[in-house]
Amino acid sequence: MILQYLDFERPIADLENKLEQLRRGDDGTDKTVRDEISKLEKKIVKVRKDVFANLTRWQMTQLARHPNRPYMLDYINFCFKNFIEIHGDRAFHDDAPIVCGFAELEGERVVVIGHQKGRNTKEKIARNFGMPNPEGYRKALRVMKLAEKFHLPIITFIDTPGAFPGIGAEERGQSEAIARNLLEMSHLKTPIIVAVVGEGGSGGALALGVGDEILMMQYSIYSVISPEGCASILWRDPAKAEIAAEMMKITSPDLLKFGVIDRIIPEPEGGAHRDHKEAAESLKKELVQTLASLLPLPIPQLLDRRYAKFRAMGQFKKKAGGAA
Amino acid sequence: MGFLFGKKKKVQQEEGEKQRPGIRFPEGIWIKCASCLEIIYKPEVERNLNVCPKCNYHFRVPVMERIRSVSDEGTFAEFGDDYESIDMLGFSDSKKYSDRLKDARKKTGRKDATVIGTAEVGGVPVVLAVMDFEFLGGSMGSVVGEKIALAAEKALEIGCPLIVFSASGGARMQEGTLSLMQMAKSSAALARLGDAGHAFISVLTDPTTGGVAASFSMLGDIIIAEPGALIGFAGPRVIEQTIKQKLPEGFQRAEFLLEHGMVDMIVERTRLNAVLALLLKTLTAHTGK
Repeated sequence: MILQYLDFERPIADLENKLEQLRRGDDGTDKTVRDEISKLEKKIVKVRKDVFANLTRWQMTQLARHPNRPYMLDYINFCFKNFIEIHGDRAFHDDAPIVCGFAELEGERVVVIGHQKGRNTKEKIARNFGMPNPEGYRKALRVMKLAEKFHLPIITFIDTPGAFPGIGAEERGQSEAIARNLLEMSHLKTPIIVAVVGEGGSGGALALGVGDEILMMQYSIYSVISPEGCASILWRDPAKAEIAAEMMKITSPDLLKFGVIDRIIPEPEGGAHRDHKEAAESLKKELVQTLASLLPLPIPQLLDRRYAKFRAMGQFKKKAGGAA
Repeated sequence: MGFLFGKKKKVQQEEGEKQRPGIRFPEGIWIKCASCLEIIYKPEVERNLNVCPKCNYHFRVPVMERIRSVSDEGTFAEFGDDYESIDMLGFSDSKKYSDRLKDARKKTGRKDATVIGTAEVGGVPVVLAVMDFEFLGGSMGSVVGEKIALAAEKALEIGCPLIVFSASGGARMQEGTLSLMQMAKSSAALARLGDAGHAFISVLTDPTTGGVAASFSMLGDIIIAEPGALIGFAGPRVIEQTIKQKLPEGFQRAEFLLEHGMVDMIVERTRLNAVLALLLKTLTAHTGK
């Protein structure tokens, strides 16, 4: 995989290229070169810290969409064992932007369900850029019902720009498919852990997002509409996406504050794309702990807790004296 | 999502109504039908439940008129009318969200985009929720989500069916991700109502789209659509831009959804009460509630 750089990563990239050149020329004999290398290494750490300490919400959005960011199957590969994929909705089609299957997390058998984007052009097209059709959500629901039947906990991975807006999607009931998942997940009799690992785009993300614990990778986003979509509606200019991202407050610290998520999972220095393995280990640690905390809960208690969690979401004013 | 909101000009052109003078029921006695363009006598249209007597075009219905026409006389009792939206994000585009809220309250006389209450329909006790498209495009923020959840919980508590009339462009972007979460909240409340064996009848009026379509609206045990209503997940413009194709005639209209098996029936407004009464009697026949 060729590492690609975002605009704001450029200063780091330039230093890294310089370091690479120095290293190539270093035969271990010249002390000045070695000093230069160690100086440069320190500088890189510092520059990276500075850049990442002051990320704007738009920059975090770009990180969430980074072409090198680990996707669901990368996390499956690093965190789980014995993955067996399950295909199709048994009615129409096997929708590739959603992947479902059985896997093992530290010896615990679980069901994994998530959005999958493609890495190169061919894969991207095959995965429809991570935008599911209704049959993808119906496949997910079918597999969730399997999890319920066989008492297996569910872990979902959210990473989609949104549900696919197409003629066929509308004909086959994109709205109904998403709505059905929201309803069913709210009372599914098995633990559900949700991990937002990249882009949490709108209803297409939430349709895999109702669960007992909602985790979010540090540089992920979760929003009601893409910043571009919001900008084109409210500012009539998609180029205002940067402002829209600021306004909508779609980053993990924002959503922790608003009670939308439970915990933020730290990413490696410079973002998950810089070190897939380290990112996966960070996620795995949290998944294992969360699962251990949910498994002992009796199902009725689990469901009451889940209901209370989503029931409490939202902020408003309640005026006294009304007929409540 | 939310594509119908804040894009008034475009939407009106797409909808083929509202931008023409007279269609918004002004002071005048005569109005022009958006569909057949006939000049029609306003009181006659109102007597006909806001349906054009010439061509059967279904105008949007003001919330209180809808409640009056659907519920048995004198039975509607509003509850939960003390919830008010707040600008929790400090959101501002060309206008501050707090100002948009103020304007919408002034325009509609309501605190937000949904009215809920208990009522009787055809003699059957129900909880009724009616969305107000005039309030920021019927968009769903925290208050709308809360009130749909409250309505479902009230129906569960009483042990009666729930009827929701949807009219919404989708989730309210100015409340960010919290507006998205209202989809989960309202759907979860409906799951509990359904688990207890109580009916939910969803009536889709023009328009029902975005996050409202993709949550409670499409979860009815019975889903009724009004003729010609725009119903869908993604906005027509978004779809056209994505697939770079012209959309077929009648795409995302009620008739299109019926043909594709997404709604149970299309019911003309003049027959709606009779159909609702019959459905309610049937669905409560063996539960006694």
